[in-house]
Amino acid sequence: MSNQAVGSSSGGSGDGDAPRRNSRKPKYSKFTQQELPACKPILTPKWVISVFLLVGIIFVPIGLVSLMASRKVVEIVDRYDDACVPDNMTDKLAYIQNSTIPKTCTRTLKVPKDMKSPIFVYYQLDNFYQNHRRYVKSRSDTQLRDANKANDTSTCDPEGMINGTAIVPCGLIAWSIFNDTYAFVHNSKNLTVDKKDISWKSDREHKFGSDVFPKNFQKGALIGGKALDPTIPLSQQEDLIVWMRTAALPTFRKLYGRILVDLKQNDTVTVTLENNYNTYSFGGKKKLVLSTSTWLGGKNDFLGLAYLTVGGLCFFLAFAFTLLYLIKPRKLGDSNYLSWNRSPAGR
Amino acid sequence: MPPADERPLVELATAGPTACPQPSASCSFPSACAPGFTRAVRCNAAGCGDSSYPADGAAAYPGNAISTTKYTAASFVPKSLFEQFRRAANCFFLVVACVSFSPLAPYRAVSVLLPLVVVVGAAMAKEAVEDWRRKQQDIEVNNRKVEVYDGTKSFHQTEWKKLQVGDIVKVKKDEFFPADLLLLSSSYEDGICYVETMNLDGETNLKRKQSLDVTASLNEGHSFHSFKAFIQCEDPNEKLYSFLGTLYYNEQQYPLSPQQILLRDSKLRNTNVIYGIVIFTGHDTKVMQNAMEPPSKRSSVERRMDKIIYLLFVILLTIACFGSIMFGIKTRAELSAGNYMWYLRPDNSSILFDPNRVSFAAFCHFLTSLMLYVCLVPISLYISIEIVKVLQSTFINQDQNMYCEESDKPARARTSNLNEELGQVHTILSDKTGTLTCNSMEFLKCSIAGVAYGNRPIEVQMPYGGIEEECGYIGHKDAIKSVRSVKGFNFTDDRLMNGKWSNESHREAIEMFFRVLAVCHTAIPVADRNSVGISYEAESPDEGALVTAASEFGFEFYHRTQTTVSVHEYEPVYGRKVDRTYKLLNTLEFSSARKRMSVIVRTEEGQLFLFCKGADSVILERLSKDNGKACLNNTKCHIGEYSEAGLRTLALAYRELTEDEYVAWNMEYSAAKNSVHTDHDAAVDEASENIEKDLVLLGATAVEDRLQKGVPECIHKLALAGIKIWILTGDKLETAVNIGYACNLLRKGMEEVYITLDNPGTNAPVEYDGEGSRMAPHEQIARKLQDAERQISLKGTSTPFALIIDGNALTHALTGSLKSLFLDLAVDCASVLCCRISPKQKALITRLVKTRIRKTTLAIGDGANDVGMLQEADIGVGISGAEGMQAVMASDFAIAQFRFLERLLLVHGHWCYRRIAAMICYFFFKNITFGFTLFWFEAHAMFSAQPGYNDWFISFYNVAFTSLPVIALGVFDKDVSSRVCLEVPSLHQDGVNNLFFSWSRILSWMLNGMCCSIIIFFGALNAVLIQAVRQDGRVAGFDILGVTMYTCVVWTVNCQLALYISYFTWIQHVVIWGSILIWYSFLVIYGSFPASISTSAYHVFWEACASSPLYWLSTLVIVVTALIPFFLYKITQSLFYPQHRDQVQRTNSKELVAQ
Repeated sequence: MSNQAVGSSSGGSGDGDAPRRNSRKPKYSKFTQQELPACKPILTPKWVISVFLLVGIIFVPIGLVSLMASRKVVEIVDRYDDACVPDNMTDKLAYIQNSTIPKTCTRTLKVPKDMKSPIFVYYQLDNFYQNHRRYVKSRSDTQLRDANKANDTSTCDPEGMINGTAIVPCGLIAWSIFNDTYAFVHNSKNLTVDKKDISWKSDREHKFGSDVFPKNFQKGALIGGKALDPTIPLSQQEDLIVWMRTAALPTFRKLYGRILVDLKQNDTVTVTLENNYNTYSFGGKKKLVLSTSTWLGGKNDFLGLAYLTVGGLCFFLAFAFTLLYLIKPRKLGDSNYLSWNRSPAGR
Repeated sequence: MPPADERPLVELATAGPTACPQPSASCSFPSACAPGFTRAVRCNAAGCGDSSYPADGAAAYPGNAISTTKYTAASFVPKSLFEQFRRAANCFFLVVACVSFSPLAPYRAVSVLLPLVVVVGAAMAKEAVEDWRRKQQDIEVNNRKVEVYDGTKSFHQTEWKKLQVGDIVKVKKDEFFPADLLLLSSSYEDGICYVETMNLDGETNLKRKQSLDVTASLNEGHSFHSFKAFIQCEDPNEKLYSFLGTLYYNEQQYPLSPQQILLRDSKLRNTNVIYGIVIFTGHDTKVMQNAMEPPSKRSSVERRMDKIIYLLFVILLTIACFGSIMFGIKTRAELSAGNYMWYLRPDNSSILFDPNRVSFAAFCHFLTSLMLYVCLVPISLYISIEIVKVLQSTFINQDQNMYCEESDKPARARTSNLNEELGQVHTILSDKTGTLTCNSMEFLKCSIAGVAYGNRPIEVQMPYGGIEEECGYIGHKDAIKSVRSVKGFNFTDDRLMNGKWSNESHREAIEMFFRVLAVCHTAIPVADRNSVGISYEAESPDEGALVTAASEFGFEFYHRTQTTVSVHEYEPVYGRKVDRTYKLLNTLEFSSARKRMSVIVRTEEGQLFLFCKGADSVILERLSKDNGKACLNNTKCHIGEYSEAGLRTLALAYRELTEDEYVAWNMEYSAAKNSVHTDHDAAVDEASENIEKDLVLLGATAVEDRLQKGVPECIHKLALAGIKIWILTGDKLETAVNIGYACNLLRKGMEEVYITLDNPGTNAPVEYDGEGSRMAPHEQIARKLQDAERQISLKGTSTPFALIIDGNALTHALTGSLKSLFLDLAVDCASVLCCRISPKQKALITRLVKTRIRKTTLAIGDGANDVGMLQEADIGVGISGAEGMQAVMASDFAIAQFRFLERLLLVHGHWCYRRIAAMICYFFFKNITFGFTLFWFEAHAMFSAQPGYNDWFISFYNVAFTSLPVIALGVFDKDVSSRVCLEVPSLHQDGVNNLFFSWSRILSWMLNGMCCSIIIFFGALNAVLIQAVRQDGRVAGFDILGVTMYTCVVWTVNCQLALYISYFTWIQHVVIWGSILIWYSFLVIYGSFPASISTSAYHVFWEACASSPLYWLSTLVIVVTALIPFFLYKITQSLFYPQHRDQVQRTNSKELVAQ
């Protein structure tokens, strides 16, 4: 109470007999009176039906176009992890961990349809949790970027240091880099795989230093994956850059390179691959993927189907509501239903 | 009993505080202080060393500086931080922020800390600004100037804050008193002065204060040089109207009463200058002692919101728990053959992921998950709601339709946290006088010696139809009153006016009647500046009306001193006015318990009279036996008629006293008056009782209290809105029923149920009644209640019932087992009228209703007697009308007139309730949508608590991308216009039934959030999947999936809001589409930060997403799909199961089109 009391006394109230200086009437403005001009959309059947129709009309064509784009993509997927294990080896793990056994393996791919260049070569891993928190965090961005921060390996355990010196690039991600290699022969001619520009430009330029060179990499007791050429700076080790852009899901593809040759239908491509990467211990699959692309990217019907489904659903709903509207027209805004009309204001 | 204190009670031959006290002969300073009476004030510091004054009690009393701030500069940070973290949610966030510095954190600590800092910082800034304002006010007050005696025969100016107890100050006309003062003298010879106590109790009338006679002559600077005095008085307390103390002066002691005390923050009026001694300073003053925080109330929506937050905590714990268990299982499996994830190095793992110590790893994971899903609990909810409510209050304050032209008062929301409660009001408990009526009394009729006078029609008696018309011209009252423009007087009867009364047969009685009117009161005449007439400052409007009436009848009261009352009396013998002065011997004051006031006067002829006026029940009890039977019966009959007509009646009586009788009584009375102990009031009442007997009845007056403008319509609307209205009044049953009819609370066709005691005389509620005498009325009431219940159940719901109960019956009905019986009955009745009840009963009923019905109650009142009720109810609404500001001070909302209640509840209440409810639901929706996408992602990342988004995306979600639209929803959304709200009062039922904040609605919003999160996550997942997402063959990584999902979330929650609201102004457009734009700009700006800061968001938008058609196309289809469920729900509901509101909305839009 006193707060008010003190407040009002200092506010100079109590002007009972002083002439009324200014009225305390609130000033009019559309804002304070909550009368701003507004549109108040009301869901009338006509509105609803038109909205559904509109969505349908927009979505179905988009769906068709997307689906067509996806269908236009020619994709060759070849799973080779099992096939490349020699028949006499029952223990796949022993096979892959034994470095004395030659790992070379030959696969023949048949081109189902004409494939226009560029043809993208991917490797696809399955059941590989590149998004595991321990894995994702096990890297040192500063070390990758800056040659002077090579010792910044605190986040990289247990692949941070070897014999007291820093590993560059450190961490589980780099350590476990994919090391299968592919060589393609088409019409008894070697197909060159273009491995330039397969990573994101921003990674090459800003995240991986051009003066940072691999050091002590894959020198530990356990070899994780591919060894890096210590004379090439990280910014040019595109396989590493691609690998280190971690995938969101346990099944993922990574770009291996491009083949800049058109392939004809029924052509065969012979792939000579080095099956080095261990997916056997955790039951993962390895696949080699050759794919063309369209404006929408690779082969995935989902988007097209989603558009078609939603568009179709909207058409259906528009139809259903029209039908309902015709069968059981509801007189909108029938004020007879309103209670104050039912019982006239009593007096 | 009086304290066992040997201090001699001062024996005085005084006539109460208005007469001059005589000093007692034997005077000694008290040897010991009575408990509670320890304050010793030595006046005139120069005299301190004087040995004739006791040296003790000179304890340093605090200075006069005040501080109303909550914090000091030093304590602000710790104290306000403490306040902030008392909220469970904030505390939780703090813990999370602390833990996030450990390696457990799923993302960088700063991204958790920043939103918390923003939210807490904003709340603290608000506190700081508020406190700064208070500080400014304090500084201004403390530095006001006052003249203080400096011991050298002169006064000099000093600041208020430098005043000390015992200083003598000089206060000039229209200045505020700087502290609680003892009045020594004034510019008037008899030491009187007038004060206005507006800032204390809001009463605008002037109050008269008078110094002791011994000090009244001290009115010049030099006279204080030799003035030395000692005052012993009570300790500081908060009672504004009581004061006990003794002045020791010139070896004598004089009792002090409130009559000599001038309170801080009241204002000197009509008096040029006064001198006073400072008794209480600074925080010891009564006004500061009164300062206390009003009980804080929380709305039911907020209480439920707390429960939802707990629910969210439970969800949070559940999914964190589930995640941890799954994580444990998966981690244990890492080592097993065939599932050996060598790339995670489980053989050389850190403690957080160690497959050999799974349970510990799982526990750590649990903590990490808590941090990860912290966004489920909306950190910004509290602050958003606070902002919204403040803005809503501004709308209430600014509403022109709730501004009262006549009194120049807009509506005021004094607390902002009950806005939405207004929309849920189920029961209104209303005071009558001053709330439903204007509280401007008009003398309308009188009955003198059994003859009724006055032939004006009674307005309140007019039926409802007539009222409407009536209200039309109350606005320009002056026009119709041009004939007689005397305020408070609306009487015509040729038999009495213009001196004609002298021709009536009972002339003497009439003369006496007028004389009582003119003399028996406490009003003060004030000469009107602009006219020759005299107006009166009276304690109550009734009294003013009566004195005015006397003056109109020719008995013009024109001057009052402390001991005399002077009246111009029309003398029929001479046919002109003569001046008569009555010597005022005693005033036996009015109190609500006594229900009467009396004065004892000596006429110029030397006769002694007791004049008495009061409630008819108390006066009729005290009549002498020899009153004329016919006259008595007629008067009783007239009183009955008047009160049935809704008029306020008072009976007038007098008694002639003999000298001996008076002297004997006066001894007794002054002893009681001067007793300084706790039973003081009871003793005075008892003494008064002894003289107020054997009265001669003169007649009765009837004063009309007009209904306020628009009251019947307002009550009608509120009844249509399904709100129950209870009227709680101190008036007589008949008056109350009549007002009930007039204001449309009782209607024709209503069955009235009366619960009263058959013989109220014997059942006065006495606390110490034996059990035996109590049983009978108790059982009687019980039987009546049961009968009524049976009656109602027989008739069913076909006829509305009205319950009318009086105070005596209520005393019983509110005790023990009858409570619930009474309440059941009251709930079944459409209207309830409680009459003749005390303020305490008002509060009791309010509490009963509030706790038993468990719905929102609103109490509305205007007077000090309503304060308890206002504080007890869920919402207290004060009418800032004629009866002062006390009710307003205790209220949550203040309006100028009752009729504004309609707009306050039906328009603002409806809007605020809907807005807040929608806002909270939406808040939970958006957080669930977001939080669960995180969960789905985590489930795909081996439950390793890997967040799906960049750190800063998560922390800005609540603060940047979704905060403004939800605030706009809370402030501006409007389902129907104010016109429709008023036209369709039944919309109010939505709030009463808590339709917009029912559990089913809250849970469906949450379910909708789950749906959206599923659609968004799996949509985005399948769209980007494994294939190339661009023509250049690049695939999507963790970063692109995150951006895609996040974009969908931002679009979905904002579009969902756009779908929900039904009222688009430019503000809504700006905030909704603006928020989406903010997200894109954030993405671009944040992405162009160096990679060390932006990490996975580096260049992701420009390089990867913007140029990918897949990104845009998937956004579109996912957002549309996510919106379909709600859209379908909305359509089916409004087309097939239309609610009232939908229909109203439509009708309204149709009308608008038609216009």
